[in-house]
Amino acid sequence: MNTLFAAVIPYWGQSLLRVLGGLVAVLLPAGTIVYLFLFKMMSFMQSRLGPMEAGPYGSLQLVAEVGKWLQKEDIQPTNADKPVFKMAPIIVLMSTFLLVVVVPFGPDAWFTDLETGIFYALAVSSISVLGILMAGWSSANKYSLLGGLRAAGQLIAYELPMVLAVMGVVIQAGTMNLQQIVVAQNAGSMFGIDTFGNPYVITQFVGFIVFMIAIQAELTQAPFDMPIAESELVSGYMTEYSGFRFLIFFIGEFATAGVFAMIASTLFLGGWGVPFSWFGWTSMDSVANWMNVVGPLVVFTKMMVLTFLIMWVRFTYPRFREDQLQRFAWKVLIPVSLANIMLTAVLKVVF
Amino acid sequence: MLIAQNIGFAIIAAVMIVGAIRVVTTSNVVHGALWLVVVLAGAAAQYILLAAEFVAVTQVLVYIGAVMVLFLFGTMLTRSRIGRDSGLNNTYWKLGIPVALALFAAMAIALVDSFGSEKMPTDGAIVNTQQISDQIFGPYLLPFWALSFVLLAAVIGAIVLARKD
Repeated sequence: MNTLFAAVIPYWGQSLLRVLGGLVAVLLPAGTIVYLFLFKMMSFMQSRLGPMEAGPYGSLQLVAEVGKWLQKEDIQPTNADKPVFKMAPIIVLMSTFLLVVVVPFGPDAWFTDLETGIFYALAVSSISVLGILMAGWSSANKYSLLGGLRAAGQLIAYELPMVLAVMGVVIQAGTMNLQQIVVAQNAGSMFGIDTFGNPYVITQFVGFIVFMIAIQAELTQAPFDMPIAESELVSGYMTEYSGFRFLIFFIGEFATAGVFAMIASTLFLGGWGVPFSWFGWTSMDSVANWMNVVGPLVVFTKMMVLTFLIMWVRFTYPRFREDQLQRFAWKVLIPVSLANIMLTAVLKVVF
Repeated sequence: MLIAQNIGFAIIAAVMIVGAIRVVTTSNVVHGALWLVVVLAGAAAQYILLAAEFVAVTQVLVYIGAVMVLFLFGTMLTRSRIGRDSGLNNTYWKLGIPVALALFAAMAIALVDSFGSEKMPTDGAIVNTQQISDQIFGPYLLPFWALSFVLLAAVIGAIVLARKD
């Protein structure tokens, strides 16, 4: 976007394009995930059809749902802390929008090309915990508070393995910038064969597994859904939210799933790139311009594969118990990812 | 001249000062913690104005993502009342004012004394993350090790204090 249009589009125009692009990059995956996976795939896995009435195969069900939520009454509990109560969903959604800006979609199609790329992503993803805690506390409801506290304990515990799993990729690529991580994967070669590039899902397989488990927990998707466990806590920190405030939480949940899947595909599956050897490219500069159009589609495809995995696990496994969850994070995931870092560092120095 | 940066600095600084005052004047512990988040986020924004990207991101990750979340977690577990809380001020609160002023004076003197005559580079020379790591793992390796050792000791100490068995 920068080099291609910088001469023709003024700065405010570029900013406007970026805002629109950000909205598309957050809302389009969220809608697709909700319809395709939450409505349809879950139904098929449970031997039923799911929504069928609104539009062909129920494809307009989402529009109907949004309309339903928007016209519902906006209820706030009498004892609630009103300003904090209203702010909480916005902070959760803000974290998602801050997260999407580092995802690269093509050689020139990016929102920001931060040097600290993945480090920034890990930092802003932790802001959503604040929103969840605020929602749980301000609702003046014991179930909400319990849900908020469970969420905080869980997200703190699983942020560590997530950071440590990413470290392996950063060591191997030698950079934290997501664009350079993409290039390193697609321009690289494995055992002298460069047909497939060097996607880190193979060399960093342990890191990939730990990262996917950690984002499953960060997204509070089953089997890590204790914070909103509907059979124990009504619906946790979201209990008192209705109407469009609940809609914001709902969009935030699935948009964050999409954005995290994009980041995982950038880190482990080669992001927007296809193996550069297919078209005889050698570095960032020789990548053809049409990749700016194809790149977003490649990212979207990889994102759909990863969200399919996330949703598959969500619909398959029963919920953890709270102590099992903490033990799993601290006694399994963190030691495994630390061992992975050590191994990666040793191999990096040797080869 | 850095006019835009100065205007940005003034706005963020004003927000930070209001937030800092609200931290100590608000009558609700959780509100105090949330105002503290505003102050710390403001500090991160100031780092970005100084083109110190890595420090800004670290500020967000450590202070907003970890420290403040633990703060809120602790206060919500122990005293999670909604509404005004009486008796938040203890009897020695006035002692805080001279301490704060003395700290401010010490920092101001130290900063003006060591950097008073220097100017910020305006040519966009940005210190990148690689340079920071080269510094930490080069000339500053020994202080870095010492810091890690102190942190490890603090972690072990916390576990020893918290375990009852």
